[in-house]
Amino acid sequence: MTDTAAGPPRAAVVAVERAEPLYASHDKVYPQRVAGRFRQIKWAALVVLLGLYYLAPWLRWDRGAGAPDQALLIDMPGRRAYFFWIEIWPQEVYYLTGLLILAAFGLFLATALAGRVWCGFTCPQTVWTDLFMLVERLIEGDRNQRLRLDSAGFSLAKAARKLTKHVVWVAIAAATGGAWILYFADAPTVLAEIFTGRASATVYGFIGLFTATTYLLAGWAREQVCIYMCPWPRFQAAMFDEHSLLVTYEAWRGEPRGHRKAGQSYDDRGHCVDCGLCVRVCPTGVDIRLGQQLACIGCALCVDACNGIMAKVGLPGGLIAYDSLARQTARSRGQSVRYRLLRGRTIAYAVLLVVVGAVMLSALATRSTLDLNVLPDRAPLFVRLSDGGIRNAYTLKIINKNRERQHYRLTADGIAGAGLSVLGVEAGADGAIELTVEGDSVGTFRAFLRAERKALAGESTPVTMALTEIDSGQSTQHETFFSGPKH
Amino acid sequence: MAEQNKTPTTGHEWDGITELNTPLPKWWLYVFWATILWAIGYWVVYPAWPSLSGYTKGVIGYSSRADYAGEAAAAAQARRVWTDRIDALSVDAVVADSELLQYAAAGGRSAFAENCAPCHGAGGQGAPGYPILADDDWLWGGTAADIYQTVQYGVRSDHGSARLSEMPKFGADGLLDEAAIADAAEYVLSLSNRSEDAAAAGRGQTIYAENCAACHGEAGRGMKEVGAPSLADDIWLYGGERSDIVAQITNPRQGVMPAWSGRLGDTGIKMVSIYVHSLGGGQ
Repeated sequence: MTDTAAGPPRAAVVAVERAEPLYASHDKVYPQRVAGRFRQIKWAALVVLLGLYYLAPWLRWDRGAGAPDQALLIDMPGRRAYFFWIEIWPQEVYYLTGLLILAAFGLFLATALAGRVWCGFTCPQTVWTDLFMLVERLIEGDRNQRLRLDSAGFSLAKAARKLTKHVVWVAIAAATGGAWILYFADAPTVLAEIFTGRASATVYGFIGLFTATTYLLAGWAREQVCIYMCPWPRFQAAMFDEHSLLVTYEAWRGEPRGHRKAGQSYDDRGHCVDCGLCVRVCPTGVDIRLGQQLACIGCALCVDACNGIMAKVGLPGGLIAYDSLARQTARSRGQSVRYRLLRGRTIAYAVLLVVVGAVMLSALATRSTLDLNVLPDRAPLFVRLSDGGIRNAYTLKIINKNRERQHYRLTADGIAGAGLSVLGVEAGADGAIELTVEGDSVGTFRAFLRAERKALAGESTPVTMALTEIDSGQSTQHETFFSGPKH
Repeated sequence: MAEQNKTPTTGHEWDGITELNTPLPKWWLYVFWATILWAIGYWVVYPAWPSLSGYTKGVIGYSSRADYAGEAAAAAQARRVWTDRIDALSVDAVVADSELLQYAAAGGRSAFAENCAPCHGAGGQGAPGYPILADDDWLWGGTAADIYQTVQYGVRSDHGSARLSEMPKFGADGLLDEAAIADAAEYVLSLSNRSEDAAAAGRGQTIYAENCAACHGEAGRGMKEVGAPSLADDIWLYGGERSDIVAQITNPRQGVMPAWSGRLGDTGIKMVSIYVHSLGGGQ
């Protein structure tokens, strides 16, 4: 099957007449324990990510009296999202959009560089399945013990082990659901409510939902999610190119494979001793020696396994390794090619990442705590007053993103001699209009602008309404227009 | 090992074309069957299928219409917190309370759009024959209490307490001849500085003093007690051209506004009055 001149082998598909069912029973995967560099990286990623997930809601951030003191909080009833010192209003949801775009480009860049590192190291499905598999291994034993336990008949010992495992799984799943809730409500408060039965039905409902889904997906479905449910594996062909680092089996070096007695030479045969360990440690149950395949999530545990075996038989490691297709093809011919991590695709992703990040940062930095919207009345456009003047009415919406009540001065410019008044607000001695808006809210006002007919520039005269915060001097303005009769 | 490179077919062959079989996992099939079972359960529990004259009601008796009715009742109950307070106060007192004022103006706005806008126009912009409510010119008074009374009892409506007045038909009843009416119209135009014939205006002034000043006022500023409009501004109910004024003096149109007590509750009338008062011309 090998053809070293043409590069790594490809599996030929030959149709075989066989009556096989259209639906296959599940071949349960029993991953074997393995040690090595990538296993350590996976454990580290698991600890960091789960730690972040479970502990982040407990971080505190003081925002003053009356405001939530949780650093990370999505306040649905209050329509606010809090991230440390950043407070997002609903009309600023584009920050979330930007965050998602950043995440997407980051993912594309990581995949273009190093293949399915998301799948193998950081995807929540992988992390929780890894955790559940650890629990299973601690309670039921390593691969051989689990195989024996599953094929053994019913016994109290077996039932006790299985039950313990499932109880621990459900407990972890419930903690996962509970932690989700903590992002949407004040953590200490709602946790106390959950345990004393005082939390709302929504809270218990979501905890139940996440418990069920975590337990089912990480305990039972596992690799079925990656193979059948997740869309990400299915367009990896568009994500890699010949320079992406992927988990690769060096067939030109390993084939022809076969068991080897001690003392046999490696002439006329490959380095693969067909120990099958790479298949046994794989969490999705693939044989990486068949090449790149959908079900390989790139967790590199087979790399650790094979390197361990190669060290024992005294051969150099890297029979399965992170390498690019271009380098593999060259090395199979005895040539050497450099890594090409900096190429058009990766540079483009990196640039986009930086640009989007910069746009978001500048939007955050220039975010003001004051906004004015002026909505001119359309029915009627203008009103003739009994003294001959013309009057327009406007609805003003003032957004006060400060925590405290603020006072503002309102002016209107653009028409000589125009008189401004606001319903329900007494003008000051000099005609100044002062408006008050409560903290963290939108104030609605009805404003009237009166002008002499001769001061107008026809049917539509541009007018600028300006709002100045009295305390800080911060100001904003809104361009609008004044409607008048046709002359 | 060699077998792993061969993929089995489904067993059929059409014109030499076979179909490879990569089996779906059985749990996929079971989930599909489960969704069908779920659907059947759904049909039993919830309203689902149309029958000849109705539909299957479902064993728990759920109805989205009943749901809505419950929500509407709950909303009405929530509104009572405000409407009870408004009921207890007079119109002027509600205007003085800024919190209630906001609520009343908002409630009045929606009532206005449904009941008043067909005649008075959206936003009270008026139309020929239907007074503009957004300006500061009032036939029967622009205070909140005046507006409240007008809305409640109407103008020349069937109600016993309706506002009443009648402009004499100077032309149709032969009280003034054509020339006199033309002169009077000229004088009226002069009140808003639109007269082109000073002599006619002078003659008209005498006619005005004898026939019109009793209701429309000495200087033509109108009289709210009788609903006589001010003739001295540029706001005209039936048109401000000379021909319009002549037509109105000759055979005056007397507008009718229905009485709303009985159609809207007292609270509704209070709120709509406050809304109209807040349009900008309230006094």
